[in-house]
Amino acid sequence: MAPAFSTEGEARLKKLLGRYPDRRAALIPVLHLASREFGFLSREVMEYVAGRLGLPEAYVLTTATFYTMLPKRPLGRFHVQVCVNVACHLRGADGIVEHLERRLGIGPGEMTEDRTFSLEGVQCLAACGTAPAMQVNDDYYEDLTLAKVDEILDALRSSAGGAA
Amino acid sequence: MSLPPTVANAAPGRGHLLRLAPGESVVTLDRHLALGGFSAVRKALVMGPQAVADEVRRANLRGRGGAGFPAGVKWGFLPKDSPKPRYLVINADEGEPGTFKDRYFLERDPFPMLEGMIVSAYAIGAKTAYLYVRGEFVKPIAMLERAVEQLHRGGYLGKSVLGSSFGLDIHVHPGAGAYVCGEESALLESLEGKPGRPRNKPPFPAVVGLFGCPTIINNVETMACVRLIADVGAERFVAMGLPKDGGPKIYGLSGHVKRPGLYEAPMGTPLRKLVYDFGGGTIDDRPIKGIIPGGSSTPVLGSEHLDVAMDFDSVKAAGSMLGTGAVTVFTEGTCAVRLLTRLAAFYAHESCGQCTPCRDGTGWMERVVSAIEEGRGRPGDCDLLLSIANQIMGNTICALGDAAAMPVIAFVERYRAEFEEHVARGGCPFEGGHGHGHGHGHEGGNP
Repeated sequence: MAPAFSTEGEARLKKLLGRYPDRRAALIPVLHLASREFGFLSREVMEYVAGRLGLPEAYVLTTATFYTMLPKRPLGRFHVQVCVNVACHLRGADGIVEHLERRLGIGPGEMTEDRTFSLEGVQCLAACGTAPAMQVNDDYYEDLTLAKVDEILDALRSSAGGAA
Repeated sequence: MSLPPTVANAAPGRGHLLRLAPGESVVTLDRHLALGGFSAVRKALVMGPQAVADEVRRANLRGRGGAGFPAGVKWGFLPKDSPKPRYLVINADEGEPGTFKDRYFLERDPFPMLEGMIVSAYAIGAKTAYLYVRGEFVKPIAMLERAVEQLHRGGYLGKSVLGSSFGLDIHVHPGAGAYVCGEESALLESLEGKPGRPRNKPPFPAVVGLFGCPTIINNVETMACVRLIADVGAERFVAMGLPKDGGPKIYGLSGHVKRPGLYEAPMGTPLRKLVYDFGGGTIDDRPIKGIIPGGSSTPVLGSEHLDVAMDFDSVKAAGSMLGTGAVTVFTEGTCAVRLLTRLAAFYAHESCGQCTPCRDGTGWMERVVSAIEEGRGRPGDCDLLLSIANQIMGNTICALGDAAAMPVIAFVERYRAEFEEHVARGGCPFEGGHGHGHGHGHEGGNP
């Protein structure tokens, strides 16, 4: 099925377009919207966004491929991003990553077979005073310990209906 | 003139900018108003734009984004006779590793920053302002959008700010996970919907900025400082810091300290006071091995620098940079090579790829540092790293190249023996290597 924004998505699009004197400036916010609505930015979604903004497809591709936060591949229902930069490293981020790998059975850049979890090692999340930290979808989790990671994973799993 | 009341002025490390203690929730608009909110906007509207700009210049406010360029001087670069609209853009793309101060305003106390934006836009003659927030802050972005709507409804934004002839719109704009977009011209490219590749300068953004129009780009904390200046005046603001580097500063503490977090203190507060009085000293009182004073790109210092005053000029004189005032401490037992692998990987990942020395050099440095840590180092690798770093320095369009090179140079120079030992042994002499082997959490915190 060809991609199409939901009613809420359409309202958001209209709002975003009103913010800039140049439609291209709305591109990144609209790509965020599209990745929320469609899960990730497939080539088809990028074509759709180009059409909706009246921009050449090349503009959309060149921007979408530059930014790590604009997903070009499917992600798990819970996308777990663990900071591995300096401040988190000093407070045990390596142990957090190893623990997540063990618990989820996947490595960074991978997704569980049931598509519930995907894992990524990421750069500084600006949570250095509460390191180590990770982000799951929109939520930050800070001052992590292995026990806390277990609690978070269990809560996410049960919210996913006991899968995984 | 009386000082604005603050939430927790008495608490150590709280004050005029940092109003909430750790654990407290958010400052709502009602709470902000009860604390004297929008007095700065009201005062500014009476003073007139030029007087506000003069006040900011006299306050010797140095930009809080990292470079420390005087904000008033920057504003003065706007062309006087351009028929084009002017823009104010706030850089809330906080991404320098070690730095987490702007997040405080974005997540928990946005109105002083928004008020500073209104004052600044008024002073520079901008009718539209964009707040470029790093994309990871999904929830803060939603909260900021609601805060802006509240200000519209309350008459603080829109066609007539508080009944005056001055009109302003503020738009919140999300980034998408690129550190380089914290560089101001890359941020403008990104805001225009393009890849965040820094522009050649000149022309500077003040002349040719957003959509080709004169643009001022300032940091989040800088906006909170502008608000304070408009409220209490330049003289009082200067007295809160140093004569040539005015105001209070939000310092960040991370790494191996007992009480990491944000602390407000006068600009020029000694490192020792930050680490020991605010931070409670190091975990297990272990000796300090290194201090990264202002974010990951600033050259690492040692315990002999504890009496350095944390202001832009003093830290520079000590051989590093104040940067964002984000202090990361690490103690003995931490492997410096392993720590540098994280920094080297970061810059290699974040290089935009535009300039060859940075694109190739950052990847090369990452490979060499990783090889040393993993036991594949070769004699001469230290000199090789210095050579690569020195060929990046000064040879790129933006400061990311320098930012990647400086920590490599500083780490190799300060810990050269340790690098050589890795090469000689064919591996890392540290077990664990992150100085975290024995369950060190926050004081009384993590098991």
